[in-house]
Amino acid sequence: MNDDNKYIGIEGVEQRFKTAKGSFLALRDVNLNVAKGEFITLIGHSGCGKSTLLNLIAGLTTPTQGVLLCANREIKGPGPERAVVFQNHSLLPWLTCHENVHLAVERVFAATENKAQLKARTEAALALVGLTPAAQKRPGEISGGMKQRVGIARALSMEPKVLLMDEPFGALDALTRAKLQDELLAIVQKTRSTVVMVTHDVDEAVLLSDRIVMLTNGPAATIGEVLAVDIPRPRNRVELAEDPVYVHARKAVIDFLYTRQAHVEKAAA
Amino acid sequence: MVSAVFHSPLEAKPVMAAAKVAAPARPLPPAAAVESAPRAARDWRAVWLRLLPPVLGFALLVLVWELVALRSTTGFPSPLATWQQALTVFSDPFYSKGPNDQGVGWNVLSSLQRVALGFGLAAAVGIPAGFAIGRFEFLSRMFNPLISLLRPVSPLAWLPIGLLVFKGANPAAIWTIFICSIWPMIINTAVGVQRVPGDYMNVARVLDLSEWKIFTRILFPAVLPYMLTGVRLAVGTAWLVIVAAEMLTGGVGIGFWVWDEWNNLNVANIIIAIFVIGIVGLVLEFALIRIATAFTFEEVKS
Repeated sequence: MNDDNKYIGIEGVEQRFKTAKGSFLALRDVNLNVAKGEFITLIGHSGCGKSTLLNLIAGLTTPTQGVLLCANREIKGPGPERAVVFQNHSLLPWLTCHENVHLAVERVFAATENKAQLKARTEAALALVGLTPAAQKRPGEISGGMKQRVGIARALSMEPKVLLMDEPFGALDALTRAKLQDELLAIVQKTRSTVVMVTHDVDEAVLLSDRIVMLTNGPAATIGEVLAVDIPRPRNRVELAEDPVYVHARKAVIDFLYTRQAHVEKAAA
Repeated sequence: MVSAVFHSPLEAKPVMAAAKVAAPARPLPPAAAVESAPRAARDWRAVWLRLLPPVLGFALLVLVWELVALRSTTGFPSPLATWQQALTVFSDPFYSKGPNDQGVGWNVLSSLQRVALGFGLAAAVGIPAGFAIGRFEFLSRMFNPLISLLRPVSPLAWLPIGLLVFKGANPAAIWTIFICSIWPMIINTAVGVQRVPGDYMNVARVLDLSEWKIFTRILFPAVLPYMLTGVRLAVGTAWLVIVAAEMLTGGVGIGFWVWDEWNNLNVANIIIAIFVIGIVGLVLEFALIRIATAFTFEEVKS
């Protein structure tokens, strides 16, 4: 298989957690290949192990079985080549936006570039997400959407091989979310990043993804179905609303989530 | 009209209502003057409600004190007698007639000096120790049993050890301050390190930051509020302990002064000393709370 088609390789991955009640099987038998430059979303009900899978790719946790590869090398721990945008932005509140991004830039490029270049990189990353005016503000002084954008700027500033996003827009209101999704589409178009994103929003998944990876319900979740979204880019959310491919993809995901994997809701009701 | 404001909050209310009705009728500058009246009324009411309870509290204290003094057959001084004695004591706080007879100012200063030394040493040892214990599981398991064992020991139990090892009253008192103020700083700092949000540590792991960067950019700022709480508790304990320690060791110091006045049966001076100790403790506490708030970030507080 071509290396570019298997940029991230997930082979026979199983994840168990030790809990007070004994071992808990979160994921089993997960196999997935992500091509270079591909945009993948992981979707499923809460508790199905989407974030667990993302953390495994990030290297924040190690699988109990199986192997994860990135660019043909085993993922043994977290690293700046696989940048993570956290669900709750995780900016350091005592640093300004500029300093938050600079911390990442410094780590990756300080060995090869001088101070002016590092500063320029930081400023460019903030400009990319449209936050140049807020550069000297602390996270406590800006809105949730802006914080999330700083988080994205921090991740992008490292020029990562892979961008991992854990429900990055989950905590935002619908309008801000739509705006950031459009910005993300434009940025990814420009940087050609490989992206793996966790979401529980069907529209977001269809709008952004090349392929949607649908997980079955946990515990012992696995990949239930992979749906390719053959909509050419650049994509426009207004035009897509009536696009038959979009509508079909959307229906397929909803069908998977609410018809075939609906027992969570039934149990709760 | 404005004078009505000063009568009582109840009377001021109708005035406020009247002013609101009257204001639109008078559009020129006098209207502004009328509008300021109800605002002043509200301010005065707020001030009154804030001041009254503490004043009542102190009045109650003085009343009980006066009753105890009236019924006392052993010469318990009345509030007024104590006040007069206080005026004499504070008229010359920095006199010095030999090592055993010095003004209250010198006594407070030498106590503060001991506290500063003992506490400073405790901070220099305790805060780094707290960081190390919080950061490394191994050290935490190694030292937690020791801390649990030694922390509940009464500070004064350490005094004989100090006297034995340092062969002097002054270093023994400092040692006692050191040992009793080190625990809150170690424990709070360690807890602070262990409670650094996992997300921040994940950021550190994803960025693969060096241990030094983790310390300066993440651990230290995140732990600072916890650490300052530890410092505040430690200063409070130190100030509690110094009085007791000085009673036993003698020399110059506010604790010794209390004991000396007891031997002279000068109860008024003991009461003055109690107030001085309380006020100094309050000032120390207040200063540290101010420092702590200045260094606490919004998102850390929640």
